Amino acid sequence: MNSEANFVTLHPMDVRKPPLLRRSVLRDLFSSAGSSVATVLLAAVFLYALPKAINWVFISSVWPGGSGELCRATNGACWAFLWDKLRQILFGIYPPSEQWRPITVTILILVMGLVTLPPRYWRRWLLGLWLSGFVVSIILMRGGAMGLAYVPTTDWGGLPVTLLLAICSLGMGFPCAVALALGRRAEAPAVRYLCITIIEVVRGVPLVSLLFVASILLPLMLPQGMSIDKLLRAGIALTIFSAAYLAEIIRGGLQSLPKGQVEAAKALSLSWAQTILLIILPQAIRSVIPPLTNTAIVLIKNTSLVLIVGLYDLLSSARAALTDPNWPTPYTETYLFIAGIYFVICFGLSRYSNWIEMMLRARNGR
Amino acid sequence: MTYRTHQNTNFGDRRMDVSTQAIQMKGMEKWYGSYHALRGINLEVSRGERVVVCGPSGSGKSTLIRCINALERHEGGNLTVNGVELNNDIRSVEEIRRETGMVFQHFNLFPHLTVLENCTLAPIWVKRIRRAEAEDIAMHYLKRVKIPEHANKYPGQLSGGQQQRVAIARALCMNPSIMLFDEPTSALDPEMVKEVLDTMASLAGDGMTMVCVTHEMGFARHVADRVVFMDEGQIVEINTPDQFFSRPQHDRTRAFLEKIL
Repeated sequence: MNSEANFVTLHPMDVRKPPLLRRSVLRDLFSSAGSSVATVLLAAVFLYALPKAINWVFISSVWPGGSGELCRATNGACWAFLWDKLRQILFGIYPPSEQWRPITVTILILVMGLVTLPPRYWRRWLLGLWLSGFVVSIILMRGGAMGLAYVPTTDWGGLPVTLLLAICSLGMGFPCAVALALGRRAEAPAVRYLCITIIEVVRGVPLVSLLFVASILLPLMLPQGMSIDKLLRAGIALTIFSAAYLAEIIRGGLQSLPKGQVEAAKALSLSWAQTILLIILPQAIRSVIPPLTNTAIVLIKNTSLVLIVGLYDLLSSARAALTDPNWPTPYTETYLFIAGIYFVICFGLSRYSNWIEMMLRARNGR
Repeated sequence: MTYRTHQNTNFGDRRMDVSTQAIQMKGMEKWYGSYHALRGINLEVSRGERVVVCGPSGSGKSTLIRCINALERHEGGNLTVNGVELNNDIRSVEEIRRETGMVFQHFNLFPHLTVLENCTLAPIWVKRIRRAEAEDIAMHYLKRVKIPEHANKYPGQLSGGQQQRVAIARALCMNPSIMLFDEPTSALDPEMVKEVLDTMASLAGDGMTMVCVTHEMGFARHVADRVVFMDEGQIVEINTPDQFFSRPQHDRTRAFLEKIL
């Protein structure tokens, strides 16, 4: 024992619990005069609107089985319309006798999406599953093969179109984005400036103008007798748009990696491609999951813009359904329904990416 | 190279090259922009030799060691590693990198892979060894650096000393004949320096050729065959540890030793 020490503890101190700090919601709402007034005002607005909303949704509303006349006679919601037009909203003007095909495609895409969720399934076969799933979906929708009646893309509509466009723009846009991001950091000036130009031009114009170029200008510029399907052109426009936006996010991820990672890979004799695929991209993408999710959600909702070039995605199918003279035009109900579908997809994606992030953080012990 | 060599952990006797020199540098030059970082470096390292490179910061010692496996490219003079001259031919770079393992100051483990995956990645992808065999080799070296129990953890869950030992194991899994250490203990908490130095000393005991940039003078004294002192991009003095510490030849060496000892 050190006899010269001024102070020596002989017994280790007990571990004690930290003091309890509780925040009360009520105290926060009335913490000052200003916030008390705001609380009361907002509560008044809420209490005023709530009974009206309940009345509109539940009491005066017309439920499935009701008719257009009943809907016209009430000031409540016309749920009967949604029920009656469900197939048209979800699948557009696809021939009713063949509607099992878009239903199958929608279920197929949902199942593939669910299979993709657990990270332990992120193997090479999953990529194969998506590619073959996409091809099968297109064949099922288009027909003209294996005894299926041919349905031109102009007759496709609704949810499958939205889902296929979203998969196409994200699934093909992502690899393009990786290529653009890597190209923008390339040492060769020609590659670098080409990538910068593509990214900046595409980001600099509105998506609407890109869709117009794809749907109107492109056919004029193509040589005579050659034509590309309108839906495909819109898909390509969306893909290019997604690629430019995602590329900048991925570039941010690439820049956040310390130089030592590449050096360690080089010292271990890994090739350039192996370094990119095994070391750089997995880390770069993990570090930008939040902005990546954000942009993915925006891009999924952006697919609804194909309506302005005359394609029938979910939103335009719903608008088309509203033109039936036997029914009043319940815009609110229809748009609420469409918004609900988008919300389920986007909120699900957001929660999922949160979960992935938490899991990765737990694994890194940070 | 067979699995047996790994099991025996025999580093010294399996190269077929007739030359006894592991590394030869002749008049090596390097610039960063207009800054002259390496000025006419001449140095030979024999097989099985342990060389410690020291010197003040900015003296070019890191640049020197990073030139050996072409992380930095020398811009004048010659560099030969195990009889292969490093030139603009990409194959010479590949060949030399396969002969050398490197340990970095900041470990540079791959944080998204487990300890085991860090060790098996290059053997599987570069040497095309089957996964099961690569895992056996990795576990063998993880046992050598005394952390087999952490094989399935991620680097972020380990202490600095443990991470650096994993980095050593990862380099050894590629079965290199030369190990390069670039300030391997400088980023470590003091109480973890010893475990890393002990690992390096045990490696030296097995006859591995080692070039080591370090400020650990105790390690230099006890493990090195020769000590190289660098200042302002030049090699000022090369000496045995005994002579280097007790009778430094050069004024600059003396001034440096006074500051750090």
